[in-house]
Amino acid sequence: MTVHTVGSRRAVRAACAAAQAAGLHVGMVLAQAQALVPNLHVVEATPDEDEASLRELARWAIGYSPVVAPDPPDGLWIDIAGVAHLFGGEEELLADLTSRLGRQGIASKAAVADAPGAAWAVARYGSGGVVPTGRTADAVATLSIRALRMAADKLGALHRLGIERIGQLAAMPRAPLVRRFGRDVALRLDQAMGHAFEPITPLIPREAPTAAIAFAEPIGRLDDLKSVVLRLAKDLCRQLERRGEGVRRLDLLCQRVDQKSACLRVGTARANRDAVHLARLFDERLQAIDPGFGIEEIVLVASKVEPLTETQVQVHGLSDEVAMEADIGPLVDRLGARIGMRKVYRLAPVQSLVPERMARRIPALAPPTGSIWPENLPRPTRLLDPPEPVVATALLPDHPPRFFIWRKVKHTVAKADGPERIAPEWWNGDKGSAARDYYRVETMQGGRFWIFRDAPTAEGGRWWMHGFFS
Amino acid sequence: MHHAGQQDRLADLRHRIARLEGSSQKVKPLPFGLGEIDGHLPGGGLARGALHEMIEAGLASEFAGCTTLFTAGIAARLKGPVLWCLSRQDLFAPGLLRAGLHPDRVIYAEAERDRDILPLIEEGLREKGLAAVVGEVSRLGLAASRRLQLAAEATGVTALVIRRWWTLAEKDLVHLPTAAVTRWRITPVSSEAMPAPGLGRERWQIELLRCRGAEPRTWILEACDAKGRLALPADLADRSDQAADRRAAAR
Repeated sequence: MTVHTVGSRRAVRAACAAAQAAGLHVGMVLAQAQALVPNLHVVEATPDEDEASLRELARWAIGYSPVVAPDPPDGLWIDIAGVAHLFGGEEELLADLTSRLGRQGIASKAAVADAPGAAWAVARYGSGGVVPTGRTADAVATLSIRALRMAADKLGALHRLGIERIGQLAAMPRAPLVRRFGRDVALRLDQAMGHAFEPITPLIPREAPTAAIAFAEPIGRLDDLKSVVLRLAKDLCRQLERRGEGVRRLDLLCQRVDQKSACLRVGTARANRDAVHLARLFDERLQAIDPGFGIEEIVLVASKVEPLTETQVQVHGLSDEVAMEADIGPLVDRLGARIGMRKVYRLAPVQSLVPERMARRIPALAPPTGSIWPENLPRPTRLLDPPEPVVATALLPDHPPRFFIWRKVKHTVAKADGPERIAPEWWNGDKGSAARDYYRVETMQGGRFWIFRDAPTAEGGRWWMHGFFS
Repeated sequence: MHHAGQQDRLADLRHRIARLEGSSQKVKPLPFGLGEIDGHLPGGGLARGALHEMIEAGLASEFAGCTTLFTAGIAARLKGPVLWCLSRQDLFAPGLLRAGLHPDRVIYAEAERDRDILPLIEEGLREKGLAAVVGEVSRLGLAASRRLQLAAEATGVTALVIRRWWTLAEKDLVHLPTAAVTRWRITPVSSEAMPAPGLGRERWQIELLRCRGAEPRTWILEACDAKGRLALPADLADRSDQAADRRAAAR
């Protein structure tokens, strides 16, 4: 728990979860807190250091989006427009963010909403999570008016009128509201409802290589944007060359005339400082930028860099692997810019015979593993995940089935091969002893299926369809 | 004298037609290594730098099990890395090794919808270093396929499209015309009877449904081996000759 001085009183500024469970809360007088918990550990608050840590956290959060701003004393703004798809969606991004913070020992609550004010309100006074597009007004209506970021005296005045919830305030006629409480109450209300625009001034790490250009006349044409991006990329690459570094992540921030900003982010699979290539990564996505009345400033930030030394270009034709290493980097970057780097990958063999576990994803540009699966294994080309139940009839126990019904169609088995027993791998965490007996069966029509029984027939084993050879 | 001039003119015309058709004669087609197919295909093999379309027929055709192996076999016989654009997560990579496609050679890119997959395929086709781009799509219109064909022609990267579907309505879409240079249909058929219980090599009915510069035709062949090569079934080896004889007799 930390304390600070407010006027002549010593008040609680922050309390950990254990302290809150003991009944302490922010704003409580220290003497009262000590009366509640006699052996209380009290630390003097250090607002400057807190703010520095918050800035540090904001710089870490740039990993999620180019537009991040600290919101002292205890908040962070992250503009995730246009980057959520790289994490598989807004829900996934939030889950990733809070779990990472949790692992660092930082308790957090996060919300995604159409407007910054709404997200602020829902994260602090609501349940957090994602507010669906267009449902902002509903989401904030039931929240306390303290979620509106207003001065304490305005809050008190509203309380005296019996207004406790944002919905009540929103239902009041606008003109008397402004006359009585001032323009800022209405502004905060509009910001929370998403009616008023609120810019987020992005934090740009001082040490990150940056190239910026401001225009006397705002620009808006796509071709202009492209040429500007190329020019900035060249500028940036010159800086990087002096520093001996290459880009891993590049952010483009466009400041519009009306103070709205648009941002784009691309990543590279390998440190790179080829200006033409980097500019090309933005090409497809520049169309998504709405220039509005024009863009007056563009900033290109290399938000993640890695040392890059000049390497001699490999002579082609030495071997396939070398040629691949030399050629594929730019393609992987372009694919990654479209769908996210984690959806571009290679599959490497794993020493396991359990089908679901035979391959693991590795980065597309990882060095060749050189390893392969055992070659003589008859394995299907397509796998059903999860396996689907099959009703099968075998003439003798532990023989391949004669008939089976899968997806309501009866198949007659003409030929079969098996069983191939795949035992559970306890060293890989398999529980139980569900050894599977796999059969390859060919039906009368010639289709080949991979089906298995999860236990011997005598023990009530059931049949499952798991894969397709043809 | 007159005759030689005619020959020159014919050669010139052929050259001009080839140029109009846009088939790049610079890269030699990829032979299947089977006289039956190679002799039938223009240029003696599967054209590189062109769009080829693979359709599966049969009972579990929505899973495209045979087509996957057939396509992997073609990709395995080309040199260089392969980009595989997935729409569903049902591909079983160890199965591709049966056609000789080494896991180090394949880069996977994953997207769910056709309109996301098609740009990925095109992006891959614009990269000269690739051997082939395999794409799994359910809708492939004339405009989209034309675009892929042009991208493939420009770089010489071979585009192999596997048509996938989940619903019957989507399945019917595969009959619509596309700009692909060839269209293949693979159907599993009964394999050779073995003297003892067990399974022999898979056997496919491979139909060339559409091909620029060749007639449609059907073969029954044995599936890809560990080097991606098809083979002629031993017990059917002389069937196509019989067919030729029959045709000759009917004439």
